[in-house]
Amino acid sequence: MNLTLAVPALPARSNYRFDLSRPILLAFAAALCMLIMLPLSWLVYFSFRDRAGGLTLDNFVQLVTDQTFLDPLVTTVILATSSATICCLVAAPMGWLVARTDMPLRKTVRALVTASFVTPPFLGAVAWELLAAPNSGLLNKVFRTVTGAESDEYLLNIYSLPGLIFVISCYTFPYVFVLVANALDRIPGDLEDASSILGGSAWTTARRVTVPLAMPAVLAGALIAFLQAMTLFGSPAILALPAGFHTMTTKIWSLFQYPPKLELAAAASLPLLVLTVALLRAEAVILGRRGYSVVGGRQGDSRRVPLGRWRWAALAAAFLVLLNPVFLPYGALLNAVFSRVPSEFVWFDNLTLHNIEFVFFELSATGIAFRNTLILCTSAATIGTVMAVVIAYMTSRKAIAWHKALGFLATAPVAVPGIVLGVALFLTYTRPPFVLYGTLWILLIAFITIALPAAYQQLQSAFRVINPDLEEASRILGATRLGTLGRIIAPLLRTSVIATWCFIFIGVIRELSAAVMLFTSDTKVISVLIFDLNESGDLGAIAVLGIIMLVFTFAVVILINRIPGFGGVRLRNT
Amino acid sequence: MPDGNISRRTILKASGIAALSAFASPIRAEAPEPTTITPALIEAARKEGKVIYYTSIDLPVSERMGKAFEAKFPGIAVRVERTGAERIFQRIGQEYASNIHAVDVVNSSDASHFIVWKRDGLLAPFVPEDVAKHLPVEQKDPDGLFASFRASLSVIGYNTRLVKAEDAPKSFADLLDPKWAGKMVKAHPGFSGTIMTATYEMSRDIGWAYFEKLAKQRVMQVQSASDPPKKLALGERAVMIDGNEYVLLQLKESGRPVEPVYPVEGSPMIVGPNAVFKAAPNPNAARLFQCFCFGPECQQLVVDFGGMRSFHGQVAEKPGRQPLAGIKVMKEDPAAVEKMSEEIKAHYTKIFRV
Repeated sequence: MNLTLAVPALPARSNYRFDLSRPILLAFAAALCMLIMLPLSWLVYFSFRDRAGGLTLDNFVQLVTDQTFLDPLVTTVILATSSATICCLVAAPMGWLVARTDMPLRKTVRALVTASFVTPPFLGAVAWELLAAPNSGLLNKVFRTVTGAESDEYLLNIYSLPGLIFVISCYTFPYVFVLVANALDRIPGDLEDASSILGGSAWTTARRVTVPLAMPAVLAGALIAFLQAMTLFGSPAILALPAGFHTMTTKIWSLFQYPPKLELAAAASLPLLVLTVALLRAEAVILGRRGYSVVGGRQGDSRRVPLGRWRWAALAAAFLVLLNPVFLPYGALLNAVFSRVPSEFVWFDNLTLHNIEFVFFELSATGIAFRNTLILCTSAATIGTVMAVVIAYMTSRKAIAWHKALGFLATAPVAVPGIVLGVALFLTYTRPPFVLYGTLWILLIAFITIALPAAYQQLQSAFRVINPDLEEASRILGATRLGTLGRIIAPLLRTSVIATWCFIFIGVIRELSAAVMLFTSDTKVISVLIFDLNESGDLGAIAVLGIIMLVFTFAVVILINRIPGFGGVRLRNT
Repeated sequence: MPDGNISRRTILKASGIAALSAFASPIRAEAPEPTTITPALIEAARKEGKVIYYTSIDLPVSERMGKAFEAKFPGIAVRVERTGAERIFQRIGQEYASNIHAVDVVNSSDASHFIVWKRDGLLAPFVPEDVAKHLPVEQKDPDGLFASFRASLSVIGYNTRLVKAEDAPKSFADLLDPKWAGKMVKAHPGFSGTIMTATYEMSRDIGWAYFEKLAKQRVMQVQSASDPPKKLALGERAVMIDGNEYVLLQLKESGRPVEPVYPVEGSPMIVGPNAVFKAAPNPNAARLFQCFCFGPECQQLVVDFGGMRSFHGQVAEKPGRQPLAGIKVMKEDPAAVEKMSEEIKAHYTKIFRV
């Protein structure tokens, strides 16, 4: 359906390429500017204003002198650095195991990493509350039962900075994993073979060939992990307050409390924005060097390192890691769905369907939240995919002048953290000329903006592998441009288009950081509903909604995985 | 229990929550004529088909109220928009600033919000018959813009599995004992109207210095005043410093191991008024719902099921609960909270660092 929406749109434009190129460029450039330049301009504008509207630097002065801002800043830096380190230490070896060894169940491990990839970080945080709250956490209860420790002793305390670092790492390590595993997938085995033929031992080969080749990906992964941990809102929003501190994102959010300090929120968003841009530049530089690693081209399958009897130990280690983002949290949520007391193990005496009944028959916001989420997921995925297809076509076929600028604009939003985008969109669309606050449009704009970079990159690489010769051959043989696009390009692009659509869909389901700034009672989505339920500690209801969310997500993920030849696309955390 | 009722109301008056009369603006208009539920009103409400209730009342209670209304007036759906009172206030302000009129009826546990809404001319003059007949005069706005829907206390509480009754704290002062360090949970005035009100009353009666000492006790901080009782019931913390008495009573009566303590310094009194918005998108359903809220049926529901206190003359307290008459309370003063709320939040954030 979406495909048929997307594809016929192209030929009409391409037919009159020379006549229409300028208006098309202008239309898309204008749309992209609206999406990204306009909100960011307002953000910068407001950060230099006082409450009365006068020009001032006070917001920035307060940012660097006020202890209540410096503390979150320091906390955020510690958080991001530690998470990035942990992610690399865990994900890089795992990526190697999956990409380069004969460890069993490699596909399953990859699928499970995808599962932690798509788990909303706020949901993971709630699940870890159920598991590792110092007194009521299930794991601590098990610990006390096993060791006979006192009722106030505990093994884990999730309400702490290390606890938050841990939870963030759980849902950030997939970024490093995917980068490393994909890079190692691409490294041709013959380089390693050459090393061993020349007499290098397995260790020497690893040290002098594999590790240096994988290093850029690990470094880039570390930067991305740092970035994600720094801009993440979902997990800190659940855990930071009980732990007694703020991160930059929760601090920005708290500035929306009455009386809202929007100018200060704008000023506090700018450092996050600047840092993100800088880190992404660094990542591009690091990954840009990767070119040398595939000089020889790919010659058949990469060689796999035989692990021998360590195969199963490696698998056990991988599953031990995956226990944290996937098995334990999902188990805790499922337990909470059916338990009268969310932090008690379900047994016959406390089994209940009350939580499910509450969510579906008492909670009056459920219906509207589901409806809004579904509308937004579908429309953001559809519009986002269409936009990505058109822009990718124009840039990859150089269909119009200035196509590079279009590509740049389409990728630019990747540098805007969700919470910053939320603040910026709020500032933009609560005032003339575009008053969209209170409608689903503002959320739609937010979600499309967030999704566009990944969607565009995905489709651009899809176009790149389709040789224009095919189109030309078709034309020479007498087909019209429309026919060519319909019969040659559309079938070739189909998988990428569907995959992109699904990815936007999943991304929208789990988005919280922008949505929490932009929703009203009529435009509530499930993630915000969960966030509100968390405020009053309704863990049972959260568990029900969370499990439904995961079921939805996995239905889509499974659909993607059925698409042959689908590569990794970068999702971002919320 | 006529005697109980009289003494309860006497106490409510004596305790000075009657400060509601301070809400009155200098220019006194007459309150509108009381409204009864008529078939015409029901018909008009049914045409609108729904009512949106912004409230800070804990979800299970507010949704139960909604279901009771829907059962009584089929065809009119109640949508409950629940969040902490301070966030409700912020949300309505934000929505109205963008000309979004989504709220029909509001209930907030921070009574000072009604002073602001009244001053800004956002509320509709509307007096349900029950308010006129059965609510004490101090519990209603003289101009008929709002009236006290419910009252509750912010109390200390403990988990009976983790703390023996004889070891339980008796006062706020007891909570400073090092033995409670790391074992207490507390809600936040930036989210909860109950806690905003309670923080004002406590800072006035026992001083900010108390909070400074309390902050050294490694307190677990949560948002809503409904959450500390739930954290107690989970066994996550042994003692709650503040939080809704009504949620604690619900949990206790459903067999969970929790027990309220009415501190010797006095329990902060929290009154939650209800009001209809002038620009309500469903004006008739809003008025019908407001009438329903103050009727004896709904008032008894929030007492019996909800664990709250009612000002309605025909509503009886639930047997087995500590009658309000026997509890020392801290007086509330919405006008003062209104003036000081920003300062209270800033001061609190400085002390507790969140």
